[in-house]
Amino acid sequence: MKRLVSLVVVILAVSLGLGLTAHHLQRVEGVVGSGNNVLNLYNWGDYIDPALITKFEHETGYHVSYQTFDSNESMYTKIKQGGTSYDLTVPSEYMVQRMKADHLLRPLDKNRLTGMNNISSQFKNLAFDPHNEYSVPYFWGTLGIVYNDKFVKKGELTTWDDLWKPQFKDNIMLVDSSRDVLGLALMSQGHSANTHDQAQLDEAEQKLTKLTPNVKAVLDDEIMMYMEQNESAVAVTYSGNAAEMISNNSHLHYVIPKPSTNLWIDNLVIPKTAKHLKAAYAFINFMNRPENAKQNAEYVGYSTPNAPAEQLLPADVRQDKEFYPSASVIKDTQVYQDLGVKETGTYNDLFLQFKMFRK
Amino acid sequence: MKQGKLFYYIPYGLWIALFVIAPVVLIVYQSFFNIAGHFTLSNYATYFHSGVYLKMTFNSVWYAFLITAITLLISYPTAYLLNQLKHKQLWLLLIILPTWINLLLKTYAFIGLLSRSGSVDSFLTFIGIGPKQLLFTDASFLFVATYIEIPFMILPIYNAIAELSPSYVNASRDLGASGWQTFSRVIFPLTLDGVKSGVQSVFIPSLSLFMITRLIGGNRVITLGTAIEQHFLVTQNWGMGSTIGVILIVAMVITMLLTGERKKKGRTRHAK
Amino acid sequence: MQSKLSGWSKAYLIIVFIILYAPILFLVMYSFSKGNTMSNFHGFTFDHYQTLFHDPRLIQIVLDTLIVALLSSLFATIIGTAGALGVYETRHRAIRQTVLSLNNILMVSPDVIIGASFLIFFTMLGLRLGFISVLLSHIAFSIPIVVLLVLPKLNEMNASMIDAAADLGANPWQTLTRVILPAIMPGIFSGFLMAVTYSLDDFAVTFFVTGNGFSTLSVEIYSRARQGVDLEINALSALWFLVSLLLIAGYYFLEQYNQGRKTKNRQQVEAVIK
Repeated sequence: MKRLVSLVVVILAVSLGLGLTAHHLQRVEGVVGSGNNVLNLYNWGDYIDPALITKFEHETGYHVSYQTFDSNESMYTKIKQGGTSYDLTVPSEYMVQRMKADHLLRPLDKNRLTGMNNISSQFKNLAFDPHNEYSVPYFWGTLGIVYNDKFVKKGELTTWDDLWKPQFKDNIMLVDSSRDVLGLALMSQGHSANTHDQAQLDEAEQKLTKLTPNVKAVLDDEIMMYMEQNESAVAVTYSGNAAEMISNNSHLHYVIPKPSTNLWIDNLVIPKTAKHLKAAYAFINFMNRPENAKQNAEYVGYSTPNAPAEQLLPADVRQDKEFYPSASVIKDTQVYQDLGVKETGTYNDLFLQFKMFRK
Repeated sequence: MKQGKLFYYIPYGLWIALFVIAPVVLIVYQSFFNIAGHFTLSNYATYFHSGVYLKMTFNSVWYAFLITAITLLISYPTAYLLNQLKHKQLWLLLIILPTWINLLLKTYAFIGLLSRSGSVDSFLTFIGIGPKQLLFTDASFLFVATYIEIPFMILPIYNAIAELSPSYVNASRDLGASGWQTFSRVIFPLTLDGVKSGVQSVFIPSLSLFMITRLIGGNRVITLGTAIEQHFLVTQNWGMGSTIGVILIVAMVITMLLTGERKKKGRTRHAK
Repeated sequence: MQSKLSGWSKAYLIIVFIILYAPILFLVMYSFSKGNTMSNFHGFTFDHYQTLFHDPRLIQIVLDTLIVALLSSLFATIIGTAGALGVYETRHRAIRQTVLSLNNILMVSPDVIIGASFLIFFTMLGLRLGFISVLLSHIAFSIPIVVLLVLPKLNEMNASMIDAAADLGANPWQTLTRVILPAIMPGIFSGFLMAVTYSLDDFAVTFFVTGNGFSTLSVEIYSRARQGVDLEINALSALWFLVSLLLIAGYYFLEQYNQGRKTKNRQQVEAVIK
């Protein structure tokens, strides 16, 4: 019994010690007791250069409390349910639309924003948020195909339809997302990836069934690790993930497939529950500055929507047609719109069936 | 001991009320709402009428069964042998230590080890078997799932064996029982409580396994856990997700009844 | 039972341990790689350790994680052991079964469901999300495994010992602390260790119930997945592993030393009496 009690005491003492250390660390960082000088930033993990956060803190005196999430939907649930107050978050375009519809966002006060002219007009005033009333583009990219030149020759993959070629039998990895997989089938048939037309969806589903012999696995972010390890010849994934894997394996290449693909944009927005508006605007304006946007793009490896920042990037990056495609390619892309709960359900059920009954 | 019982049940009962019954009520309540927020029984109808969900249920139970069986086969001898070691407490702690490293990282490590350019494949090539597709197979999926569950099985079995008095084993040997007879008639029955506890702590969570099914299995097999994950986080159809949750809970209760304790002799002591 | 292990038995145990530790050694190895990810070793470097030591945010998260793990496991062990004792004392078979089924509900429910319902529950109560809500949730989902590990030890316990203690005039408290608890110590201990595992491993529940300024390592690692988990995390895991190993070894040998001293003392006392 004595031993038990002493163990309990030791555990409590250690926890207390850790707690005090943590508190001390926070004080050094300046979180505690600074009240209104905080910016609660809710972002994807590792989605900003930490050096920029330090720079922002030194410049403005705000302390950034950086919290992370791993998917749009889980972030949405947290913000909708309440109990927290984040000042800024970074949803993708369709999620901006849904959050807007659910009155979870605060309209932006254009008078307090600077540097909006730096954002390329290609990414402004899109259907998910007309006139950018609520959102400021942060990073953007496309959905596309990554191939390994050990197994696939250049030029063998240029359209979505090429995925159906028998030579890729059991050699394609797909991203685990109903919008993207159904979307690629829809787009390969020249339909809109936002369609509500059941006939088009059924047609897409049938076409996908024929793809199953080629599908090796349906994966999420771990696709990067697999492709880097040469586990598969081809993967359907986002340009962001593609950039990451290409930097680690020079055999990999990214293609934007024809006839059209999806364009995604992650955006800074201010949730309704935000408490530190001044800090939030200061941060948006800070990130809109070309030198900061450029530094962030170099760290994260995604494409920046900030036009002057793009010009600051090294020539080999900004001239890479797969990550900074020409205006005409961007014109052909489709941006996802929020389908509404019911249609999202339909897409998901079709995708689930595709996954359940392959092979 | 009447007061003792009440005393024990105060914190535990409070926990059951707040963190078990309250969430379950919430889950059951939600399972009656469809995606548009209308009260309905349609979620249950969908579940029982669609081949998709029935197949999924079958998958979940089947793979949970396989995982439990393999884990038991590996863990029992391990627990038994650990008990014979000199510093057995230390070795037991070393069995648990790997569980303190983040699961996602360990899974990534397995991807690295099992992939085409990984060490296991090089080893297979080296010993002449030649490169094999290891990932996205049932074998690799079961292997990693077993890996995760092993400590949960070893612990209770180890504790049960540690308690076993060597005199029973010796007596059995002296009476001329063979090694197998000693095991099947003496050792195994006496450690059955530990085995049951291990089976419960492996089988029940395995029913709702997800993540590994995607990371290692490449979504070849879809289990109820994966479906719930999808419904909560992608479709945001919490109603359907909750419905599957309710079904999992029912399945668990059935498992409990099947593996539950029979009436035992020594249990009557307070009957006086 | 202290028979020498045969060659086969030794080989079997060695294989089990190799498999258990293979992925961890893989992670540790890559913490020294010059590259950015866990594919293709690029030569030796300490860079990732340096990055780690200059990342106060990550260190803060590690401390938070440890506090939650230790405290939640402690409370879960206490409540869980009490629960197991309660179940043990319950004679009515149907009630036992019901309680045990309730006990296991949190084990069978996927983390997202638990997380989402706890989130709804806490916000309904108006509790501020943060350290307290995370701690409460971790205690909550660790209790069932403690009960499952303590209960078989109780069932194995020789029931006549309790009756003997009562006959000798021990009050319930004395019976508990002097007879029952020592007998079920291994179960309690395993329960605590597994509760630590549950707490360290949990991602989904913590994610849902945490609030501003509080995070755990699992949440951080999972949310880095989209950008690719970088090797700083490997370096952290390597250190984490080393410290756990030292703690375990230290604890074990301290224990051995104490027990050794006790026996020595007893021998001395016996010698004096003689």
